[in-house]
Amino acid sequence: MSAEPKDGNPTSDAHYDHPHSRRGFFTDTSICIGCKACEVACKEWNRNPADGDYSILGSSYDNTGALGADTWRHVAFIEQDSQRIEQARESGRKLVSLGMPQVGAPASGSSVASGTGSAGGGCGSGGCGSASSSDSGPTPEFRWLMSSDVCKHCTNAGCLDVCPTGALFRTEYGTVVVQDDICNGCGTCVAGCPFGVIERREDGLVDTPASREMPDTVRKPQDGVAQKCTLCYDRLKDDETPACAKTCPTTSIKYGQREDLLATAQQRVAQLHEQGMTEARLYGANPNDGVGGTGSIFLLLDEPEVYGLPPDPRVPTADLAHTFKRAGVAMAGMALATAAAFVAGGRR
Amino acid sequence: MVPDAQVEPYTSYYGRPVVKAPPWKKEIATYLFLGGVAGGSALLALGAQLTDRPILRRNARLAAMLGSAVGSTALIADLGRPERFLHMLRTIKPTSPMSLGSWVLVTFSTCAGVAAVSEVDRWTGSRLPLGPLRCVLRAVEPWSGVGAGLFGAPLAGYTAVLLSDTAMPTWNAAREDLPFVFVSSASLASGGLAMITTPVDEALPARLLALAGVAGDVVAQKVMESRMDPVAAEPLHQGTPGVLLKWTERLLLVGGLGTLVGGGNRAVAAVSGVALLGASACTRFGVFYAGLNSARDPRYTIEPQRRRLEARRAAGQTGDSITTVG
Ligand code: SF4
Ligand code: SF4
Ligand code: SF4
Repeated sequence: MSAEPKDGNPTSDAHYDHPHSRRGFFTDTSICIGCKACEVACKEWNRNPADGDYSILGSSYDNTGALGADTWRHVAFIEQDSQRIEQARESGRKLVSLGMPQVGAPASGSSVASGTGSAGGGCGSGGCGSASSSDSGPTPEFRWLMSSDVCKHCTNAGCLDVCPTGALFRTEYGTVVVQDDICNGCGTCVAGCPFGVIERREDGLVDTPASREMPDTVRKPQDGVAQKCTLCYDRLKDDETPACAKTCPTTSIKYGQREDLLATAQQRVAQLHEQGMTEARLYGANPNDGVGGTGSIFLLLDEPEVYGLPPDPRVPTADLAHTFKRAGVAMAGMALATAAAFVAGGRR
Repeated sequence: MVPDAQVEPYTSYYGRPVVKAPPWKKEIATYLFLGGVAGGSALLALGAQLTDRPILRRNARLAAMLGSAVGSTALIADLGRPERFLHMLRTIKPTSPMSLGSWVLVTFSTCAGVAAVSEVDRWTGSRLPLGPLRCVLRAVEPWSGVGAGLFGAPLAGYTAVLLSDTAMPTWNAAREDLPFVFVSSASLASGGLAMITTPVDEALPARLLALAGVAGDVVAQKVMESRMDPVAAEPLHQGTPGVLLKWTERLLLVGGLGTLVGGGNRAVAAVSGVALLGASACTRFGVFYAGLNSARDPRYTIEPQRRRLEARRAAGQTGDSITTVG
């Protein structure tokens, strides 16, 4: 029942006897430029159907909306004025003063597939970081926050725990994948995910508006089954970088072994704080959080809910044993009440 | 009680949901209701079997069989791939209430089905074309009755665990007490049905069970709400779920009083039974849609989470936040 894996690698929980390192993402939103190449690369590689009706959503440059069955990468856009930026910095400073776990910047030299991001102040969504080491840099008048969201590949994954068919499974890379020939579309995983990632696909055929020629193998219906990011399981098998990370032009999406990514992330957040960007914080790096840490770590520049992420997610199965106990008492009560009714009603 | 914490005005991403509601439709709510009626009826049938009440036994067994059969059909119809419903039985998975529940439902339906077929055969004067199977059927009949009875309460109550074990704010926040609401609702619904189908002189235990269910339901719903995060409880009072749960209260009052005062009169008992069935349906549909609605507005996800996070921080517990610096 979602016990904390001892070594932080969920594959040992899944009883793999051939240890692979846990893979994941570090998405550094401070250098994301919002090009959506990841969204496109993911759609292309996985042949995912179009989502929505191409309408303008009125949410800055985000016309995708949200993650879903057909959208496994989603770039969020948030526009902020200097007041909001100052609030974000303040909330970041508060995190530091609260004594949030701080591991400090480890020595560099970790190997990460897409490199370790831009050294020095990134000129991405955080604005151009000034190199000053003062406590707070000058507050820009305006900024865009851009963040490429994806399945978190949780250590304790709600979707996987509640799946009744075993369609969702833990791969040897520590990721969470749906087997679409097993899933019967019951939809339980959709409710079980604390991040609103996985969804049941209703329209299963790849069909582009231009009706491009597709090989028959591509036109396989996958409607009615749950779908989400596979962390490019097929590419990992061939020792390839996932399509979204491979295509990311700024290295905002970094793919690699999770421990290396964690080190890179910690280094980067320390660097940004040094530059006065106290709004920088990590999301998913803590193995003691409600989902046991995530395989996809994010560096955010404001509170999680600003990006549409839950501020305190908790895998529902963490409370399951207790809920079952309560239900056991309730069921026993019902049986006893019936017995009492017949005793009181007497024999005929 | 957690200490009151300062929660900053809530922000969200363009008001879009944080969690996704499952693609469940009215079929699932119907199943919640029918599963409860079936489970309670099997318990009544077992009691009737042991205390020699043949009419109550027959009617309750038929109700258990029909309830579970129609309920299962509704469940299958709601799947994205109905033809793969047997995949539910690929594995037994303790972390998945849906998996355990499927096994409970299959076992229950099998037992209830066997008992009900035997009843029908006896009712029609042994006219079913059963041949030599008839003696086998008669021999296993009492045991199927016992089996269905044993799985009756689990069938009526597991759906509460199924709903609570999700990230849907209202269902999840109700996890302490939802099982008590659901088994009470099942008790009063199955009692109510027996009051409609069965003459009063055999139906006294059904009336008593219904009354116990009414008392349990009223108390459990109050306790449940008092223990929920106030924001996560809001969807129970808004829109359609709010109307439905108001009707639950009214119908419980009518059905409960009717049973208590006039349960010895066949007509009054039947009318009260209808009211009780209605109350149970309103509870199940109300709770079901409140949970779906709670997923659609990010406020129900974000505010309670913020509150508990700030409360932990205020209490000096900072090691378990998903947001860290470094
Ligand atoms: S983010 Fe949701 S879909 Fe992804 S692994 Fe975690 S629970 Fe499953
Ligand atoms: S929809 Fe598919 S993957 Fe999701 S819980 Fe049901 S069977 Fe498992
Ligand atoms: S890892 Fe693969 S499946 Fe997942 S978002 Fe990236 S491209 Fe899509």
